[in-house]
Amino acid sequence: MTDLPAPLAEIRDDFLSFGERDRLQLLLEFSNELPALPERYREHPELLERVEECQSPVYLFVEVSPEGRVDVHATAPAEAPTTRGFASILVQGLSGLNAAAVLAVPDDFPLQLGLTAAVSPLRLNGMSGMLWRIKRQVGEKSAA
Amino acid sequence: MTVAFDPAEKFQAYAHPERLVSTAWLEAHLGTPGLVVVESDEDVLLYETGHIPGAVKVDWHTELNDPVVRDYVDGAGFARLMSAKGIARDTTVVIYGDRSNWWASYALWVFTLFGHADVRLLDGGRDRWVAEGRPLTTEAPAPIAVDYPVVERDDHGVRAFKEDVLAHFGKPLIDVRSLEEYTGERTHMPSYPQEGALRGGHIPTAASVPWSRAANDDGTFRSADELSAIYRDEAGIDDADDVVTYCRIGERSSHTWFVLAHLLGVPRVRNYDGSWTEWGSAVRVPIAVGAEPGAAPGR
Repeated sequence: MTDLPAPLAEIRDDFLSFGERDRLQLLLEFSNELPALPERYREHPELLERVEECQSPVYLFVEVSPEGRVDVHATAPAEAPTTRGFASILVQGLSGLNAAAVLAVPDDFPLQLGLTAAVSPLRLNGMSGMLWRIKRQVGEKSAA
Repeated sequence: MTVAFDPAEKFQAYAHPERLVSTAWLEAHLGTPGLVVVESDEDVLLYETGHIPGAVKVDWHTELNDPVVRDYVDGAGFARLMSAKGIARDTTVVIYGDRSNWWASYALWVFTLFGHADVRLLDGGRDRWVAEGRPLTTEAPAPIAVDYPVVERDDHGVRAFKEDVLAHFGKPLIDVRSLEEYTGERTHMPSYPQEGALRGGHIPTAASVPWSRAANDDGTFRSADELSAIYRDEAGIDDADDVVTYCRIGERSSHTWFVLAHLLGVPRVRNYDGSWTEWGSAVRVPIAVGAEPGAAPGR
């Protein structure tokens, strides 16, 4: 198993330190903490990529600075708190990393949070879809 | 002890009007002895963000499904669950949920497997309740455990297995998924594995009637006349028919099962909960692709 970047490892360890019920509570906290989209994307929805793997309308956008710093922005509706929680974990866990570190995040990170019993596989697939799309955007934007 | 039925005029045209309650009725009856409100959602956290005051949560994934075998809990497990939620055998249960009541219908169907007599749906589900600005709370209820008898699950009446479907050709089958799923187009999402089925398409002879046709935009059920036009006139279902519904994992088809069984009163309707995730991965079962139902396979 590839080592996770420190912020993601911390999030994973937080989840795994709890029992199943409290893990959901933590996910709800992440959901409530999803940062609002920066103004510039609110006015330009065409810049956002829809995460087709999620049944709820989830959109994300990835910035890679000339120095290779990654910032992830995402939006998901309040009535889809689980999906919002997953988006928030990725936004908080990946933003600020460099591109190489994001690309090295293992694809099975969503399965490492200890949520497979509490959350249906379809939902976790949605998070895998988000991660995959973020990595793809980082790859495209850091190659340019 | 049964709580009085909702006399709303819309419901009177349905075959079993006692299976529905309106949001107004429910708000007026919250706290009535003998009534337990259950929220059942697709989103496992939605209840925690705010729910109808006093409502308990039933999670389809962790509470209704067996944790190991792809099946539902057994009689003892269901009795434990009901007891913990404060539901007695004669309790009136009103279920509501997100996504136009998909999971609420599914939960109602599972309650039916255990023969719970008085179980109703909230017409319009969670979205309508929220849209109408009715009360929500994050305060967790503390149900008092009650006795619920151990009743063995009866899979004969409203549940179909793969073998039942194989023996069903010639009788109506309703595929309630989206048209893309029915035709088999949705097997090759770009760079992403299809969820849970190895083949795309539908069960031969199945009519495509997406679940959403039974619902209005606000999530309430269409009127009895509209439903009759869709399922009787268009899909050709006869009141004497033996119907099987299916979708991907059995939740959307529970919605259509509810419509056929309780709103239109078709006497024999079974939900094939294995649905496409089973059929589309099973070895040597017949599959049809494209927009046509396809012919029944020879025996």
